[in-house]
This record gives sequence, structure tokens and C-alpha cells, in this order.
Amino acid sequence: MSTASADGYRGRAHTESVLVLVLLLGLWWLASHQQWVSKVFLPTPEATLESLTQGLSSGELAGFTLDTVVRMLLGWLLASAIGVALGALIGASSTARIWIAPTLEFLRPLPASAVMPLAISLFGLSSGMVLSVVAFGAMWPVLLATVHGLAAVHVRLREVATALQLSRTAFVFKIGLPNAMPDILSGMRLSMTVSLIVAVVGEMIASQSGLGQAILLAARSFRASELFAGIMLLGSIGFASNALLAVLEKKLLKWQRP
Amino acid sequence: MGLPHLLRPWVFPAVLLGLLEVAARWMVPGSDALAPPSQTVLAFGRALTAQGDDSVLQATAFTLTSAALGLLLGAALGLGLGIVLGLSRRAAAMGFLSIEVLRPVPSVALIPLAMLVFGFGYRMEVSVVAFATFWPLLILTQAAVRQVEPQLLEVARALGLSPWARTTQIVLPAMVPRLFIALRLGVSIALVVAVTVEIAANPSGMGYAMMIAQQSLAPDLMLAWLFWIGVVGYVINLATLRLQRAVAQRMGEINMEQTP
Repeated sequence: MSTASADGYRGRAHTESVLVLVLLLGLWWLASHQQWVSKVFLPTPEATLESLTQGLSSGELAGFTLDTVVRMLLGWLLASAIGVALGALIGASSTARIWIAPTLEFLRPLPASAVMPLAISLFGLSSGMVLSVVAFGAMWPVLLATVHGLAAVHVRLREVATALQLSRTAFVFKIGLPNAMPDILSGMRLSMTVSLIVAVVGEMIASQSGLGQAILLAARSFRASELFAGIMLLGSIGFASNALLAVLEKKLLKWQRP
Repeated sequence: MGLPHLLRPWVFPAVLLGLLEVAARWMVPGSDALAPPSQTVLAFGRALTAQGDDSVLQATAFTLTSAALGLLLGAALGLGLGIVLGLSRRAAAMGFLSIEVLRPVPSVALIPLAMLVFGFGYRMEVSVVAFATFWPLLILTQAAVRQVEPQLLEVARALGLSPWARTTQIVLPAMVPRLFIALRLGVSIALVVAVTVEIAANPSGMGYAMMIAQQSLAPDLMLAWLFWIGVVGYVINLATLRLQRAVAQRMGEINMEQTP
């Protein structure tokens, strides 16, 4: 298909793509100015932009954004480290897989936020509590991907490892984990999304400084423009982290492609 | 041989529960966070027979209804737009930027907005679930339409079918197996988001019941809810997996590698 689409066609597609977005923004402008939707719920784009620039330049919103990003990244790093470590421990031995994997399958669909009440009882309404839930919730995609990646090592590679008399640790580090890398990376991508979601929920419940708390307070005091500014910032965080990870994934997996 | 094999998955959780029982009974008795599993079971039994808002059945029904309605709404919209974008490359290119801009907004960020617009209750929860399930359904439907055999579309064109007839008679039946994979994902997302909305804001359903148990310092009841939410999620996910596999078997196997 890429050969069929000439540059001219692509250029037109880009323009149209931008046009549709502008059209949607125009629709928002019209809907808010014509009061099709009450101003209480739908601020005008200008007001939102003003809240955004004001909040960012005064440092208040910028601070909240930083708090949320730090919480998300810390939780994600913790989750990735714990997920890979536990996943390698479980995935390296078929015995451990057989005994423990069914329990993991039961725990996997459990919503991460459902653990929050338990974490509140254990750690109180603290930022450590939120971080622990973020790490716990975001750990699953990485853990399961690691277990799966290690289990899916090709039989021939296993034979090579046996022939070379590699120890189990050497097998995990030299063959298993590199082989599981694509799985782990896509798991880490998913866990970044989970991290952001759980971080926001945690900030809402535990009143920890961040965008989650900011948008909840904005909604409670009917400051719709600030609410929208916060939602936009959260969307940008999601967008930026996703794009960054996609680039990273491409770089890290270069060796796999012929 | 048969029996130990069947029992094996239960050993690890049994050991964990045993440890929790010992820890909660003798190491931190009277804790606000942990309760022995034996007491948790009793608390769950009491909640099962309770009436009103505490009732397990009522709370479960609320959560499941909200999740189902939200999924229905999100899936219908995602399916509709996904088919359009899947059939027309031009439409897909036009919508690309807007979708990329809107999709990364975390669904929970809409909880305050939904609260503002709808207040508490079904509607706010349904709207957030619908938003959360809309995007994956849209993307997967679009991909599913793209993977419909080109020959089938050529046949449709040769027969001179209208776009509507082409969609309902050729495209939709051809993508059913993939659609069920998307739906399975949608079901699990809907459940997670519904419980999350209840924990964060909406004062109804299983998530809220669990929050209340925590706030009233009833660790046994709280753990009972946590366990129950896990069981409900597991059973529903298992059921949708079975359904999806049955559909795939009837409608022809597909290459799982191609669908995320």
C-alpha cells in the first residue's frame, strides 16, 4: 500500500487530517458559544486555553503535572523491575510455572484500583500508598509478559543451552530474557498506561498533590475550564509517554530485525 | 495421578491463605488492614444475606449493569466508526490525527467531568465505561475490517451491492471472530473501569461497598469484597474467553498473532 500512496496523496491526507481536528475544535467553539451545552459543563476553548496557560505559567498546574508524571514514572519503573524479576523467577522453572501460574491468572483481571482500599488500611492516605498501588497494578502486564516470553523460548535454543551446559541463571540472562524482550517491552507499554490511570485514581482518593486531585477539585467547585485544562494535560502525558515508548521499543528491538 | 494434577493450582493460593490466617490471627491480631480468611468468609456470608445497599447481589448487579451498558454504548459507537474507517482509507487518514489526540486521555480523567455532568449514579459510570471501551473497540474493529479478504470485497463490488448491503452481508459476517476478540478485551476493560469509578467517586456498586468496608474499619468485609470482585472478574473473563473460542471454532480459526 505504501508504494501506491504517492507523496501528493500523503500530503493531502495530512492536510485533511488536520482539517478534521480543526473542525472538531470549531464544533467545540460553536457548541460552547451557542450554549448548546451548558457552560457549567463545557467551557469555551478560549477559557480552557487561558486556564491552561495561566496554570502553567503560575507554576501551579505545572507542579501538579510534574507530581503526576513523577508518580507515574516511579511506579512504572518499580513495576517493571519487580515484574521482570518475579517473572524471570517464575518463568525460568517449569515447576514454578505449573504451581503458581493459575494463581496469577486469577489475580490478573483484578482491577488495580480494587487493591487501593487494602493499601489505604495498610499504609494510610500517603503518597507511598499510591505508589505501591501503582507499582502493584502496573506490574502484571510486565510479569505475565516475562513469564510468557520465557516459556516461549524455542526448543532449539533450549537444546543449545543444554549443549553448552549453561546454568539456569545464565540461560535466563543470555537466552531467556533477550528472547522475551519484545513481550516485556509491549508489557511495559501497557503498564505505563496502567500507571497513569492508577496514579490519577490514587491522587483522587488519597488527596495527593497531582492532576488527579486537581481535576476532582475543579469539578467539585464547578471550574470547568480548569477541569478541561487538567484533562488535556493528562491526555498529553498519555500521548507523550506512549510516543516515547514506541520510539524506545523500536531502538531496543533493532537487533531482532534482519 | 489425576487428582494431584487437578489439585496443583490450588496449593499455592492455599499456602498464601494459610499464611495470612496465621499472620492475621496471631501476629497482628485486631489489625485494621488484615483479617484471617476464616473471618473473611463469615463476613462475606453475612453480606450475602444482608439487605439494602450492603447486599452483595445488589452491589454486584449495579456494577455489572453499568459495565454492560457502558460496553454496549462504547462498542456500538466504536464498531460503527471502526467499520467506516476500516472500509475507507481516506476516512481513516482524515480521522487519524483527531483519534491520536483524543485516545491517550486516560478514562479516569473523565470521572470528574462525568460527575459534573451526570451527578452520581448509573449515567456517570456508564459514560466513563463507554469512553474507555470505545477506543480499543474502534482500533480493533478498524483492523478487523482491514483483514477481511479483499476477494470478498471484490465479490461485493462485482455484485453491485450498496455500501450498506456490503457492510451487513459481507464485512460484518467476515469479521465476527475478530470482533469477539475485541469484545473480550472490552469486557475486561469495562469491568475494571466500572469498579474504578465506584472506588474513586460513584457511591454505588462493589467498589464503593469495598471503600465503605475499609472506612468502617472492617478488614474482614473489605477483604471479602476484594475476593468477590476478583471472583466476579475471573468468572466473567473466563466465560467471554470460552465464548470467543466457541465463536472462533464455528466461524473458522484466525491467526491470533495479528490481533493485539
